[in-house]
Amino acid sequence: MSATIFGSGIRRREDPRLMTGTGIFTDDVVLPNMAHAAILRSPYAHARITRIDTARASAGAGVLAVYTAADTEGALKAIPCLWLVPGSDLKVGAYPAFAKDVVRYVGDSVAVVVAETRYQAQDALDLIDVDYEPLPAVVDPQRAVAADAPQLHADIPGNQAFHWTVAGGDVDAAFNAADVVVVKERIIQQRLIPTAMEPRSAVAQWVPATGELTLWNTTQNPHIVRFACSVVTGVPEDRLRVIAPEVGGGFGSKIAQYPGDFITVFCAMKLGRPVKWTETRRENYVATTHGRDHVQEVELAATRDGRITGLRCTVWAGMGAYLSTAAPGIPTILHGLMLSGPYTVPAVKEDVYGVYTNTTPVEAYRGAGRPEASFMLERMIDRLARELKIDPVEVRRRNLIPPFDAGHTVITGLTYDSGNYQRALDLVLDRGGYTALRSEQADARKRGRLIGIGVSTYVEVCGLGPSQVAGAVGFQGGLWESAIVRFHPTGKVNVFIGASPHGQGEETTFAQIVASQLGVSVNDVKVVHGDTDNTPMGWGTYGSRTTAVGGAALATAVAKIKDKAKRLTAHLLEAAPEDIEYEDGKFFVKGSPSRFKTIQDVALMANVAWNMPPGMEAGLEATSFYDPPNFVYPFGAHLAVVEVDRETGRVDLKKYVAVDDCGPQINPVIVEGRCTAASCRESDRRSGRERCMTRRVNCSPDRCRITRFRVRRNCPTSRCSRP
Amino acid sequence: MTLPVRITVNGRVFEREIEPRLLLVHFLRDVAALTGTKVGCDTSQCGSCTVLIDEKAVKSCTRLAVQADGASVQTIEGLAPHGAMHPVQEAFWSKHGLQCGFCTPGMILTSVALLAGNPNPTAKEIRHALEGNLCRCTGYQNIVRSVREAATLLGGR
Repeated sequence: MSATIFGSGIRRREDPRLMTGTGIFTDDVVLPNMAHAAILRSPYAHARITRIDTARASAGAGVLAVYTAADTEGALKAIPCLWLVPGSDLKVGAYPAFAKDVVRYVGDSVAVVVAETRYQAQDALDLIDVDYEPLPAVVDPQRAVAADAPQLHADIPGNQAFHWTVAGGDVDAAFNAADVVVVKERIIQQRLIPTAMEPRSAVAQWVPATGELTLWNTTQNPHIVRFACSVVTGVPEDRLRVIAPEVGGGFGSKIAQYPGDFITVFCAMKLGRPVKWTETRRENYVATTHGRDHVQEVELAATRDGRITGLRCTVWAGMGAYLSTAAPGIPTILHGLMLSGPYTVPAVKEDVYGVYTNTTPVEAYRGAGRPEASFMLERMIDRLARELKIDPVEVRRRNLIPPFDAGHTVITGLTYDSGNYQRALDLVLDRGGYTALRSEQADARKRGRLIGIGVSTYVEVCGLGPSQVAGAVGFQGGLWESAIVRFHPTGKVNVFIGASPHGQGEETTFAQIVASQLGVSVNDVKVVHGDTDNTPMGWGTYGSRTTAVGGAALATAVAKIKDKAKRLTAHLLEAAPEDIEYEDGKFFVKGSPSRFKTIQDVALMANVAWNMPPGMEAGLEATSFYDPPNFVYPFGAHLAVVEVDRETGRVDLKKYVAVDDCGPQINPVIVEGRCTAASCRESDRRSGRERCMTRRVNCSPDRCRITRFRVRRNCPTSRCSRP
Repeated sequence: MTLPVRITVNGRVFEREIEPRLLLVHFLRDVAALTGTKVGCDTSQCGSCTVLIDEKAVKSCTRLAVQADGASVQTIEGLAPHGAMHPVQEAFWSKHGLQCGFCTPGMILTSVALLAGNPNPTAKEIRHALEGNLCRCTGYQNIVRSVREAATLLGGR
């Protein structure tokens, strides 16, 4: 197989098992003697628990146990927040597996029933008697910081989880300058529900005889789950095996460490039986993390000819009732540092208040922090263009950072790797037929039709990231990735990776990397991931990092294999190692291509080790840990045409053109599939089909609960998500 | 209380005594041990649990197993057994009609039912037919392409 496999749109090897129903997701796991758990969740956004009586539930048919906070106290530690952003006066409210005394959001865990069957467990939930004394609740992050707002955590005054600032240049001078044009806006970035199609699930198996725990879990990062589960449950990491089998989408919602997972582990350990818990969709909506939830007050200053001189903003970022695993880093590092986007902005200042509210904890959701920055900036540029009566495309063009390829440091301190934003903009205007669209729009307007044309340019910090930077910004872990490449005697290859793809297709693209570099058939490479017992440590799949960082780890391991193969070939052919060249699967002596060994020959000889050079170890296997020197900064430009119905207000997407830079494409079919999907989701969000949860909360001083659950009302369907 | 049922699943007869409240999807997953049928929302909205009952696409989380008494149910496992692939599966594979794959069994079976009644559907008809099946990964574009491709493979032009 030649190098052309890299860049080829081959079919995904993940698909046959997924299409035939033979892929095993967590809820499909069945173990001998397995019991089933169901979790009782708070119907109140804020209430004191005055009494819990589990007697009736305990006597329910098939019920094995009912547990509450009283049972887990001492056995389960608080769930840790793993992104402790420094310099932000961060205050972590205790996040227990079970709410103790007070529930702080609709969905807070109150009790668990374990029964012989799922139906029996669900039945017994209705038999748990809980008395609540409702407390005043607050769901709006800006209102939550008011002096008279209800307090969530007694030890955290003003509900302020953190206050983080980013500043560069003299922003006050920019706004005070003569002749400056200032536009202001208050932007609500609505709370979104990620809604992965697969609900969250956990199956825990505890073997008391060995002290070993196995946890099947719907997660994007099994190695982080192992670490966090060890912290919370006390099971040592070496005895703890986390398996992320097939995972049915995550979109950020399967990064977090959840009460339900640890409660499941607790039940299994307490009962000595395997226990499965799978959330209902209703639970998913209230107890699996949400995204976004920003209130932004923004001011943009510019000269009369449309050059941006300053950006000043305050953001109230709803964190929900507790700080989820990565939550503090999202509206700060991933949002605030991207404030200036692809533009030259000489001065910025942003204050971000992370705020506790009586809502579901907020976490990463598609893009996590960066869309909140991009939308804010693009919106302000459109406002500026309108104010100045200049074409919004022209305003963008006047402010885009000129093309660069050797690094460009922006006002927030980030150094973008390379970019040609004008080119992306030119391309999208050309492909979209922008000039013609504007005249069509004008004609339509004359006839009473309302057509809108939106153009945006963006850059995104991806490929998270250098571990030193991770440490400096308070991430409680590294952000490198790892890979093991193992050649078997027959020349077949296993790749073991620490990252944990769940729909992104890296089993295919990573095989393409190996095949293109080592001359093996792509079908001879199997990529293994998702099981902490047989994969090297890795930090997971999120932050657009699996291919950028994990793929680089793999390429580094492949290079080590190639180096060893050259040295072994040299020994076998009695040539000098520096005289061995590689091409298209063959290692040959320079100048005499007939004297060669294939990678398969080398794999066999290395594995049998009958004739190794002095000092060379047997086997053909390499491990790499790749820590990237910088983030990567893909960029692009998008164009959308919509029509608004005058009568109904309905927004119809007429056209969408996207230009996305992603570097060399390993598999263009997969790249296209993922970019299309992301564009669809974001355009649906903007047209309101991705719904806002806070609007669905009925809040009165004494009572606050979510009233309706309609998945289809909240998710785009095949009919509304149009090309 | 239990009731006797006789349900044929992928050609195999299951005669069982079941609780009347048992949902068909749980009968398939827990009694017949066929976990290819997924539960995405348990409220008949997402379509991940779609199966064919007497060749019609049905959301198996919205039907009681006792209602399927005497019926013949086809799940994704029965579409093309023993490692073979149905043309609709082939089409989803070649047109990249899936990413995480959780909605896929339901998508494929709904598509099979659509194509059985309408061998050459337009994109609009496909979108209409699949409206009850949610996908959060693909944005549906490639699913529509997959169904068009399947129509071609099945001979509907």
